[in-house]
Formats: sequence, C-alpha cells, structure tokens
Amino acid sequence: MNEHTHLDDEALAELREVMDDDFSILISTFIDDSAERVSTLKKRFDAADAEAFSKAAHSFKGSCINIGAPRLGDLCLEAEQMGRSGDLTGAEDLLASIEQEFETVKTLLQPYLASA
Amino acid sequence: MLSAIPPGSAVASGSDTLKILIADDSDSDRLILQAMLRKQGHEVVTAVDGMDAVERFRAERPQIVLLDALMPRMDGREAARRIKALAGEALVPIIFLTSLSDAEELADCLAAGGDDFLSKPYNRIIIEAKINAFNRMRMMHATVQAQRDHIRERNEQLLLEQKTARRVFENVAHRGCLEAGNIRYLMSPLSIFNGDVLFACPKPSGGMHIFLGDFTGHGLPAAIGAMPLAEIFYGMTSKGFPIADVLREINQKLKRILPTGMFCCGAMIDMNLQLQEVEVWNGGLPAGYLIRTDGSRVRLVSDHLPLGVLPAERFSPECVRYTLLRDERVLFCSDGILEATNGNEEMFGEARLLEVLDNCDSPDKVFDELTLAVRRFTGSVESRDDISLVEVAMVPEKMLDVHQSVISTGLTGPSDWRCAYELRDETLSTFNPLPLLLHICMEAPGLRLCSGQIYTILAEMFSNALEHGILRLSSTLKGSASGFSRYYEERERRLKQVGNHFIRFELEHISQENGGRLLIACEDSGPGFDYTHQEECPQASAPYGGRGIMLLRQLCDSVVYCGSGNRIEAAFEWSFQQRSMGKH
Repeated sequence: MNEHTHLDDEALAELREVMDDDFSILISTFIDDSAERVSTLKKRFDAADAEAFSKAAHSFKGSCINIGAPRLGDLCLEAEQMGRSGDLTGAEDLLASIEQEFETVKTLLQPYLASA
Repeated sequence: MLSAIPPGSAVASGSDTLKILIADDSDSDRLILQAMLRKQGHEVVTAVDGMDAVERFRAERPQIVLLDALMPRMDGREAARRIKALAGEALVPIIFLTSLSDAEELADCLAAGGDDFLSKPYNRIIIEAKINAFNRMRMMHATVQAQRDHIRERNEQLLLEQKTARRVFENVAHRGCLEAGNIRYLMSPLSIFNGDVLFACPKPSGGMHIFLGDFTGHGLPAAIGAMPLAEIFYGMTSKGFPIADVLREINQKLKRILPTGMFCCGAMIDMNLQLQEVEVWNGGLPAGYLIRTDGSRVRLVSDHLPLGVLPAERFSPECVRYTLLRDERVLFCSDGILEATNGNEEMFGEARLLEVLDNCDSPDKVFDELTLAVRRFTGSVESRDDISLVEVAMVPEKMLDVHQSVISTGLTGPSDWRCAYELRDETLSTFNPLPLLLHICMEAPGLRLCSGQIYTILAEMFSNALEHGILRLSSTLKGSASGFSRYYEERERRLKQVGNHFIRFELEHISQENGGRLLIACEDSGPGFDYTHQEECPQASAPYGGRGIMLLRQLCDSVVYCGSGNRIEAAFEWSFQQRSMGKH
C-alpha cells in the first residue's frame, strides 16, 4: 500500500554533504522532534480536534520529506487529509502505522547517528 | 551641482552576503535550511514561530525572509503582514516555506505579502536561484528608490533655488517706476520666466526711460540674461546716462554673456517730458505705434538687430526722435499679442491690432480697447500668459509722482571741494560728460536729494555751450517739425567738424548749515554773445535757447553770464528739507 521506501538514501547523502559535521545533530534533532510530533498527534486525536490534528500532521510531513523519510511523510499526508475531512474515524490505525514507521526510521537512522 | 546617486545608500548593501531570516517551528527543517544558506555565504537569523520572526525582524533587519506558513503562536501569513509593514518602503522579499498544496492557501500566502514559495524537500540549487533572483529585485528596488529620493531631493532644491532666484531677480529687475501715472502695461505673471521684461526708470533730468524686451528662450537662461540688462538699465539711467549709452552698454554686455543664438529683442523709449520729445529705439520687437491726438499715428518699426547680436563696433544705438504732445502716446508689445491664438488656431496678428487702432476715437482708450480685443479674440484659450504690452503717455512732469530712489550708502563724502573738468577737440563730439559730473556732485553728502535739478542744470549748460556756444546752432530752428529734424541733422554735421574747441566745467561745493551751496561754471571756446541785451529780454531767441535759460533761472539761486558771454556761472543752494523738483 505504500510504494515509498523508509529512507531516501540519496536525500540523506545530500544532507550529509550540506550539514558537514552537524549531520548527526540534524538526525538526532529529527528523531527528538518526531517523537514529540507523534505524541502531539496522539493528543490531538484524543481531544478529537480534527483541525489541530491535520495541522500537526502537516508539519510532521514537511520534516519527513526534508529529512528523506518518504514513507513516514506519506502516512503524515494521509493523517493531514483525514484531519482536514473532519472525520477522524480510523485515525487510530493510522496513528499506529505512523508510530510503527517512525520506530523503523529511527532504527534505520542509527548508523547515521553513529557516523558523526 | 548634479551628483551621481550617493554611495552608501541602500544600493551598496547589495553585496553577495545577505542577512536572511528563517522562521520555522520544525527544528530539523530550520537546521537544514540554515546550513544550506550558510554554505551559500549568507548570514542567517532564526526564529521558531511567527511572533519570534516579527521580533527578530525588528531587531536584525534582515534583507530576505523565509517563513513557514503554519507556525504556532502566529502563523506565517500574519507574520508576513507585520514584517511588510515594518519594512516600509524597502523591499523585503518574503518566501513561504511550505508543503501546502491547496491552491487557495497558497494564494492566501501571497495576499498576505509573500513573494514566492519554496516547497519541501528543500533543493539547494532552487534555493540559491531564488535568493539570487530576489536579491536582484531587491537591489533594483533600492536603486529605483534611491534615485527617486535623489530626484525628489534635487527637485526640492531646484524649487528652492528658483524661489531664491526669483527673489533676487525681483530685487534686481524690479518694475522701477512702472506705476507712474503715464504708464500702462500688461505683463503676464509668468513674465519673469517666459523671457519678457519690462522696466521703467526715472532719469535724473526728469522724464523716464522705458524698456520692453523679449529674450529668446524661456526659463532660467532668459531670467539670467535679464538680470544684467536690468542692472545696466536702472544703474545707468539713474546716473543720467543717455539712451544711446544705455543701449550700447546693454548690447555689449549681452553679446558677451549670452551664448550664440540667444539675444534680446527690445524697444527702448526715452521720454523727455520737459521738451515733449520722445526717442525710440527698436531692435527686433514688433512695430510699436506713436498715437497722436489728431488721429494719425507713426509706425515705430524695428530698424536694428536685437540686443546681444552685434559686436560693439557694429552696433548702432541710433534712435528716432519725435515730438510728442500732451496725451499722445507710444505703444509697444512683444510678439505674444500678435501670436495670441483663438480656438481655431488663428493668430491675432497685426491686422487686428491696426483695426483696433483705426476704430479707436481717442488715444487714451487704445490700451483698454486693445487688451479687450485680444481677450475677446482668444476667448477661453489661455494664451494670455505670453502677453506683454506697454503704453507711455506724454504728460507734464509735475503730474507724475515719480521718486528717484535714493540709495543711501551710509558713507560720508566730501562736502567742501572744488574741481575743474575740461573737454577738448574731438572728445566734445564723442563723450558725454554729464554722468561723470553728476557723479562727482552726488558724492557730496545729501546732495543726491537734488540729483534731478543738478543734472538738469549741468545738461542745460553743456548743451548750450556745445550747441550754441561752439556749434552756433540757432534754437529757433526747433520751432517747427521740419526744423526740428533739421536742427539735429545740422548738429550732427557740425559736430563732426568740431576742432580746437573746449568746454570747461568748474564745480565747487561749500557746506552750509543744513545743506550746501554748489557753484557751477561752464565756459566754452566759442565767441560768446551779447548777453546784456538778453538779461532784459529772456525770450529773445539767439544764441541761448529761451527755454534753457529760463529753466536755469528757475532752478538756481543765481545765474550770471561773464566774459564775452562764453561763460555762465550758476549757484545752487540746497538744504536737507528740500526734496521736490524745482524751486518753490
């Protein structure tokens, strides 16, 4: 159901070039940020605030695209669209997918963290 | 002086290093963008939300702003609005960082003052291209604004200078005695800068000089040329220089200072109210008219080139002299009247002017009827801006309330002195000593109050000594119109042959309580005449003009002939209270 890979190696290679020594800081920042964004999404879902849910997903999506985590980005887009539709039915499953994908990405990013 | 756009203005900050503000609540996104921009050599300021962005902008004044559209506390759109307001006239490009895909939301960002978008994921090549493009736009905007400010500043300065120039011009090229009762004129309010000038100045001998001129060109160059003209006209006329000398000096000055192709068409009128004569010089103005009470008129055509064209040695200040009886008048206009157009692009022209003159039954109505005719002709067409018209009527001197402006220098001059001044041979025919003699007398403190009387005394003595004493002309000739011109022809002829003659002036001034006493003696090398006879009968014709000697007697406290009648001595007493023309 999702054609995108977990990580975009090309994008990450480019980022490494741009960031130089700060690359590992960027990766850890992304991981910390994303953990917070996942918990924010959950809170918005619990509050049944569809609009806030959509916005949080939108921001998360941007970060994912930038860092080169396209599959996580796609899931965020789904969440954003769901929030915008105002109907959060089924969002629970989506949240679970997001959490799971984030764990995968995090694991896959470990080597980049160490590379610094 | 016109300088280039000053360095150090906004333009100069267009170096390749820019200060760029990034506002994004996503730490990782901010890190990426910051790294990319730094790599490209820019200085980066960061903000974590919209509110922070506005604060950072206020404090850091970055040149380009990158704003995330969705941020907590204050979203990108509101921040953009505030930043644009803070930027004022400067162009601060705002680029929205977005992964927004909804067209309406994107349009919203632009409406809030955004200039472009940058979508995620960030591509450094596109970022660099956009930053460069907006920097060029920013610099162009800054250049245009610096130029605009510069132009505005120059324009303000120019207006101020023009105002000052106008004030100076009005001081130098004032209207003189144009308000005298015998002068009527029409000058457009723009006349100072349309190149038309009109001056009138009383002569120390009584009467006045009037000058109507039309400079080629408009604006400041014309006004600049008009200033020395005015200076010469007023300066020389009030010092007693005759019309020919004034014209010669004006021509020479304009020839020297004006660029080729620029000159002044002008007419000058010398009104001699005592003798009821008028001398006219016309160089390049449309024909003026001498309008007589008997309904006849004389066309005063231009028979000279304009002033400032010919070199001094080829310039002729020769005037045409006419008798002008009371209420008769001289009328001159610049080409503005003849070229005044109506709604059909027709010009007023000389034919219409002549029609007005033909249909006018009295000289004193000519001015009103002519201005009315022109106004009717042009209707609502605003060509009246260029109309300059002057009319001078012959009236008795005493009817005029014309004051010589006495410019006090605050200096004390010599009050007790004596001098002799002798003119010999050819100088008699080429040099007019009156301004110099008047100038010597005027140095005595307070005597300037009587400059008119003294000039008249000196002028009478000099012309009597020259024309009757030496040239042996008979003033009876002047009784008729034909004799009048014959008299001056004969004068010219005899002057050319004058030799071995002299005229000697002796001047002495003694100060007295509240004034002084000026003694003037004039002696010539002529054979003299039997004055014992004339003492009894002042109306007797030869050799002294009856009018002349009567005038001297009127002005002086004593007038006596000496020797063989070739010497005349006059005493003129004056006091500080005496101001009016003539003795009580």
